[in-house]
Amino acid sequence: MKLIKPGVYFWQGSEACAEAALLAGCRFFAGYPITPATEIAEHLAKRLPQVGGIAIQMEDEIASIGAVIGASWTGAKAMTATSGPGFSLMQESIGYAFMTETPCVIVDVQRVGPSTGQATKCAQGDVMQSRWGTHGDYSAIVLSPNSVQEMFNLTIRAFNLAEKYRTPVILLSDEVVAHMREKVVVPPVEKLEILNRRKPKPGERAFFGREEVPPMPSVGEGFNVAVTGSTHDEFGIRYTADPGVHRRLVERLNGKVQNHVDEIAEVEAYNIENCKIGIVAYGCTSRAVYDAVEEAEVRGISVGYVRLKTLWPFPEKVVRRLAETVGKIIVPEMNLRQIFYEVARTAEGRAEVIPLNKVGGGELITPEELLDKILEEVGRNV
Amino acid sequence: MSESFSVKKYLRDLKLPFCPGCGAFTVMNAFLRAVHELGYENLEKFVFCSGIGCSSWIPSPYFLADSIHTLHGRSIPVATGVKLMRPDLNVVVFGGDGDIVGIGLSHFIHAARRNLDVLVIMINNMVYGMTGGQVAPTTPFKVKTTTTPYGSFEYPLDAVKLAVVAGANYAARWTTAHPTELKEAIKKALKLKGFRFIEAVSQCPTAFGRRVGFKTAAEMIKWFKENSITLEESGGLSEEDLTTKIVVGDFVHRDRPTLIETIYAVIKEAQESE
Ligand code: SF4
Repeated sequence: MKLIKPGVYFWQGSEACAEAALLAGCRFFAGYPITPATEIAEHLAKRLPQVGGIAIQMEDEIASIGAVIGASWTGAKAMTATSGPGFSLMQESIGYAFMTETPCVIVDVQRVGPSTGQATKCAQGDVMQSRWGTHGDYSAIVLSPNSVQEMFNLTIRAFNLAEKYRTPVILLSDEVVAHMREKVVVPPVEKLEILNRRKPKPGERAFFGREEVPPMPSVGEGFNVAVTGSTHDEFGIRYTADPGVHRRLVERLNGKVQNHVDEIAEVEAYNIENCKIGIVAYGCTSRAVYDAVEEAEVRGISVGYVRLKTLWPFPEKVVRRLAETVGKIIVPEMNLRQIFYEVARTAEGRAEVIPLNKVGGGELITPEELLDKILEEVGRNV
Repeated sequence: MSESFSVKKYLRDLKLPFCPGCGAFTVMNAFLRAVHELGYENLEKFVFCSGIGCSSWIPSPYFLADSIHTLHGRSIPVATGVKLMRPDLNVVVFGGDGDIVGIGLSHFIHAARRNLDVLVIMINNMVYGMTGGQVAPTTPFKVKTTTTPYGSFEYPLDAVKLAVVAGANYAARWTTAHPTELKEAIKKALKLKGFRFIEAVSQCPTAFGRRVGFKTAAEMIKWFKENSITLEESGGLSEEDLTTKIVVGDFVHRDRPTLIETIYAVIKEAQESE
């Protein structure tokens, strides 16, 4: 068996992620076992060699992301998969990948934290870690799937964004989406959009500047590329004394993401122009939204929602539009308020933002609980 | 051949960052001389990985080559990713003792265990030089550093012996007082496969020599020379006697199958089985 054939499959989220990675062109995986992300490593350990790629279990998460970075500099598309504690260990290197403009994909299958927490249970506690986990000024790209099909689609998108913007991209999944089984449609390869990093022409040298996204050479191609996580000029030469060099570099790196929010920040928006009450949701929690909205509509309450497929950069525009329409926005999350504050900041007082939170035991927010909240907020008599 | 040797053809036109008298100059020279004597006209077939610390500046950005200057202690994992995807390139890691066997110790052991095909050159100056002279895993017992003002209360680590036990194909130790032997060891290692480790005991006159009472770099080199004994000579000495000696020479030279050989065999098998 080579690449998966087009067709309809019944897959676990982790399998969908692994097969999508292969279709996206991933040929290197390094990881360290951690519940609930291990299935991705196991699947790729079997499948990568079949397509001529390499999968290796490293001694820890730090080594895993390091190997991914090294592989990426050979021109390979590379990824790792982990969960909260392992994601924490990788943070220093994620900053290094950002600073050195190393494309790679990091899958974080969230479980209950902090610390070892509840290893086998679902949560959404890494939202802020995925945005601000490393030190210094950086802009993360973070995608959030809510179904197995979307785990498939967003894995491919993660690789595409990594290649296009020459930056690490985080696929922030969760225990429920990674472990549940659903129908997945795999389109023919020629129907998939697969992006590859831009390579330099012979004689080009400015691999770290001049252009917003500079071309990326591979090692061993004769470009004599100097890669460093220290502040560097456009030729990669370390330059730590000059404030101007640092500002230029870091503003460009952040600009790569912040100047392209409209292209990167994908959402699913429903009825946001005419609704009475709004919901902003993402990941596994957003699965409760569909039923709750339907039930509310049966009772004559018009609900609109924004489902975030991209958490970061935050899709401000569409959330602001929702805030302009409605009086109240409910933010259901399996954490103690993480995206809530971002919605409140974006709403700027135009709408009241109401948290609905649940943590522990992997218990999802049910459609009934969400409906109750909707009814409570609009007043039962409407 | 050595008449025509000039380090310049392998270097970028940048001012080197080392303090006057630093042993890093000697190691850099030994490496480039080895490369030259092996007939490499340039460093195109090499990729250098290094971490954080003075020694990590030897290749990066000074070598006119591909160099990946990684985080503190993480050069070996990054080198792993490079070598696995590009087995045709010579991957060489440069680092200090803090980088390789302090923060990066577990990566060092596992790379030796896997017999990853990289050459690791560890410049051991027995101290954290770049941050100003703090205790290192290799600082001799009782020696005073800025973070051990009463003298180190820990026993130092023997990285070469560890490499041997962990499974390296080649492991050697020389000092900056043995530039020719060091160069020959590098030449030998560059021709071998699997995990190769060379420790270069080196002087840091700025953050170490001064504090232990050496006025100049030359005094430190003299100390290395006088206190070095070969592996063969060390045979009859007690552990007690050896604590003040630097044992030099080839500690292991074997031919275990390498990670590149074993992992690519698996790929071949997986591709054929379908
Ligand atoms: S601090 Fe020590 S090791 Fe670092 S460059 Fe100066 S002499 Fe060399």
